[in-house]
Amino acid sequence: MVTDQERIAQAWVQVRSVNDPELPYLTVEEMGMVRGVRVDQGQLVVTITPTYSGCPATDVIAEDITTAVQALETDARVEVVLSPAWTTDWLLPSAHEKMKANGIAPPEGKSADRAFLTGQGKVVPCPLCKSRQTTMVSAFGSTACKAHFKCNDCLEPFEHFKCI
Amino acid sequence: MTKAQHFTAVLRLGDDALVLGQRLSAWCGHGPILEEDIALSNIALDLIGQARNFFTLAGTLENEGRDEDALAYFRSDREFQNHLLVEQPNGHFGDTVVRQMFFSAFALDRYMFLAHQTVNSDVAGIAAKAVKELHYHWEHAAQWVIRLGDGTPESQHKVQDSVDHLWAFTGEFFVPDDVDTACTEAGLMPDLRELESSWHEKVAACLKRATLRVPEKGWTHQGGKQGMHSEHLSYMLAEMQVLPRTYPDAKW
Repeated sequence: MVTDQERIAQAWVQVRSVNDPELPYLTVEEMGMVRGVRVDQGQLVVTITPTYSGCPATDVIAEDITTAVQALETDARVEVVLSPAWTTDWLLPSAHEKMKANGIAPPEGKSADRAFLTGQGKVVPCPLCKSRQTTMVSAFGSTACKAHFKCNDCLEPFEHFKCI
Repeated sequence: MTKAQHFTAVLRLGDDALVLGQRLSAWCGHGPILEEDIALSNIALDLIGQARNFFTLAGTLENEGRDEDALAYFRSDREFQNHLLVEQPNGHFGDTVVRQMFFSAFALDRYMFLAHQTVNSDVAGIAAKAVKELHYHWEHAAQWVIRLGDGTPESQHKVQDSVDHLWAFTGEFFVPDDVDTACTEAGLMPDLRELESSWHEKVAACLKRATLRVPEKGWTHQGGKQGMHSEHLSYMLAEMQVLPRTYPDAKW
């Protein structure tokens, strides 16, 4: 007889194998989107919290996790929980490192700090040359979670994972 | 607050977000520069995401089997209860950013209240996320209003016209009806009259920085929340709803 703890542990292994479709080098766990795995009246339930209200990746992520856990148990399901709202504070430290390695400047500091909005007193170092002489081109980028920056030293454009 | 009023209040939040999101999405591919195209599309996406969350919740509260798609695509113009401002046409870029600035200033305060009320925790969760998104929307719109107002004589003239024209649609934000009053008494919604001074302060500061004239408070258009809309909404809905209404079972 498999205990609930064992089922949950196995489900976590499956959940950890799912990557973010927009940032494929990060797992959904590293993104801080997986809030928990539990057994609810015999059914395996994975709860996730979306990053942005309109992020089109959320549906794909929910489907990918469902597929991954249903490989273990066909009636497993994914539950979307909106409260508390997702924040970049939930990103795992490994997510920051992987972003940098892939040319994306990770969020700086805590989400409570709104200085990044006005660009005042907020330095986002270039992930390529590490220069601190960078400028925000637009607060909106290729996906909901990223802003568009450029480096004044190496002149390369780069993306910044917004701190929210 | 009755169950029906609770449902209506949540539905209205979704309607504002959906209508403005749909309006903005028409800029996709038409922005004046690439960054703006991306910015407006991103803002549209945030708003449509907020609308989806509110509609899903409204459907649950109503408990009559309507999901987000039923509420977005299978209601007629008279059943939409958004504010009149958000359905106004995109016009030129100045019209769009002024409309966005006026709405974002209001929506931000409203969401901040909603994120902290304890009557409905689902509303609080959606609002807590939306607050973060709205900070970006407000900042983006306000900076453009400042840039255009304090820009060339032509940009200033055009954006002043936008402000003067759209101003008469903003008073509606602060006029509560029976649903608002009941939801305010229940602690779910803010007292709209109390939001007005903060809105005016923020908007006037932005307009002053933009070297624009702040219009006098005066007569205001009303009726959106009661389903009495300008003709613009019907055309927009016709375009937005045509596919699901023609092929109700269509799937991507």
